[in-house]
Amino acid sequence: MTEAPTPLWEVFIRPRNGLAHRHVGSLHAADAEMALQSARDIYTRRGEALSIWVVPSSAIVACDPADKGMMLEPTATKIYRHPTFYEVPEEVGNM
Amino acid sequence: MYAQALDQKDKSAEPQADDAARMERFQARIDAEEKIEPNDWMPEAYRRTLIRQISQHAHSEIIGMQPEGNWLTRAPTLKRKGQLLAKIQDEAGHGLYLYAAAETFGVTREELYEQLLSGKAKYSSIFNYPTLTWADIGVIGWLVDGAAIMNQIPLCRCSYGPYARAMVLVCKEESFHQRQGYEIMLALCRGTPEQKAMAQDALERWWWPVLMMFGPSDRDSQHGETSMRWKIKRFSNDGLRQKFIDATVPQAQHLGLTVPDPQLAFNAETGHWEHGPIDWAEFNRVLAGHGPCNVQRMRRRTRMHEDGAWVREAAAAYAAKKRARAQRPAA
Amino acid sequence: MRPSADPINPDRRAAWLIRLGDDALMLGHRLSEWSSRAPTLEEDIALSNLALDLIGQTRAFYQHACKLEGGMRDEDGLAFRRSEHEFRNVQLVEQLNGNFADTIVRHVLFSAFAYPFHRALSRSHDPEVAGIAARAGNEMAYHLRHSGEWLIRLGDGTAESHAKAQAALDMLWPYVDELFASDALDREMAESGFGADPAQVRPAFDSAVERVLSEATLERPPAAPGHRGGRDGVHTEHLGHLLAQMQYLQRAHPGASW
Repeated sequence: MTEAPTPLWEVFIRPRNGLAHRHVGSLHAADAEMALQSARDIYTRRGEALSIWVVPSSAIVACDPADKGMMLEPTATKIYRHPTFYEVPEEVGNM
Repeated sequence: MYAQALDQKDKSAEPQADDAARMERFQARIDAEEKIEPNDWMPEAYRRTLIRQISQHAHSEIIGMQPEGNWLTRAPTLKRKGQLLAKIQDEAGHGLYLYAAAETFGVTREELYEQLLSGKAKYSSIFNYPTLTWADIGVIGWLVDGAAIMNQIPLCRCSYGPYARAMVLVCKEESFHQRQGYEIMLALCRGTPEQKAMAQDALERWWWPVLMMFGPSDRDSQHGETSMRWKIKRFSNDGLRQKFIDATVPQAQHLGLTVPDPQLAFNAETGHWEHGPIDWAEFNRVLAGHGPCNVQRMRRRTRMHEDGAWVREAAAAYAAKKRARAQRPAA
Repeated sequence: MRPSADPINPDRRAAWLIRLGDDALMLGHRLSEWSSRAPTLEEDIALSNLALDLIGQTRAFYQHACKLEGGMRDEDGLAFRRSEHEFRNVQLVEQLNGNFADTIVRHVLFSAFAYPFHRALSRSHDPEVAGIAARAGNEMAYHLRHSGEWLIRLGDGTAESHAKAQAALDMLWPYVDELFASDALDREMAESGFGADPAQVRPAFDSAVERVLSEATLERPPAAPGHRGGRDGVHTEHLGHLLAQMQYLQRAHPGASW
């Protein structure tokens, strides 16, 4: 008999101040407090964190790669958003 | 490792007219060293191979805690006790990272456990050998972890993103394990004659099983070629085995230990150590469940799973009560 | 301060620190027995962390005690080459792991004592003791939180887990008083500013335990005559077995290095 799954959580840690929280992995826990403690016990054993976030995996909404054309590709042609698109005469120097 | 929030229809059930074209694009991405991520299209065989390989890897980490744990309460000094406990704890962590990587395919950890407990899923045959003396703890760190690292470093570049990322974490943490083992061996080899004999005996019992860890010879390996093409595997079994032997023999010499292979000889022309024949009948016997500890390891794992059921039920029941209380309107 | 200026015999200070090391050693050893046996993989890792904290505290207290004694013994001499009656730990920490509820209750009781106790000890006039205790205090604060949250879940989980948690509490409660039973050595250490008096932290223990038990819907067992003797080297049957296993290699190979 397969047991009912224990909820999955995603773990994010801030390695040091000034940096954003970064996804480091996931774990299973029945509730938020246990998830936070497990995150501490599993993902910060070597002093990796100054701050820990846990988020229920089910709360994350992801885009479908099948929609890549619609969701992510239209920006590829908007090269004018990048500084290298523009020409600055050499004698003007860096800008 | 990854959220499964994306609501995917069971695409494998629908016949895909353009499978050949998808397959071609898929292979092109892999050839270009692009990583495959959980929600990307992938051939069913790629998915199945990876679930099998990653979960076997996870099971090996978890079962591998047992032979070392056998000496945890008998570690000879406080320092060694702490090191060994930290190492076994890392293995639990590695099992967890790997289960999470397998779970990105939508299979649950509970299902993976069930496959292990029912005997459907395998784990590394090395953990079906007993740890009879303290020197076995040294040899496991030095040789078993040494062999594992050699297998695992190439996997950090595996084509499947979550697996590759898990392996980066594993390899980073694993780096002290082999040193810890070698240090134990050094202490024994510099110690009393009894300790030295203990070290030699352990090397003799573990040497051949460790060479078998790299898997069957390339001539007999079933999964090799496709796995190489998909970059799930990056080196051949025999190639890694040779690399391991070349690295290890000088380390054994430094300890003053004799590798139990009368045919072992250095070939100055190739620069490699050539070894005697591996007893693949033994490998197959252990893999088929007839090793010294297969039954013991599985019984222990099953018992632990059963003994913990009431605790997991309590945690789930408490979480449900708490949710219900939060939803109840304040009186 | 020069050691010679201290009116208290360094051997007595060492003996007192060894008590604290003995408590941490036995409990750390017990928790290490859970490795690869915990109810979940996550909890296996958590229990190893608790064990590693305690083994670290053991080493720190033993090393300092050995220094005070003048270096005639080392930490491993204390852990592996003393007999049962020479250990001075309280009897609570040598009790068997039993089921998960037994282990969790034992840990709540010990850490509800050890957390405020180490906080008090972190004001020791011996800077090394103060430093060890400050670290241990932080560690034990987490131990109390972790084991306390588990006890709440077991107590307020299912009927089965509630019954197991209550049974564990009833079984282990008679070992509580010993934690706070100060003797002459405790008082001497506290008065000199080197140590802390366990009796003083009983109120902090009571309020922490009260809070957890009420959230866990568990009954605090009635006061009853307790077990004691650990601080005088009198132990339960369990310690002998623990030592037989733990000390085996050191006893079988006297003088060997590992």
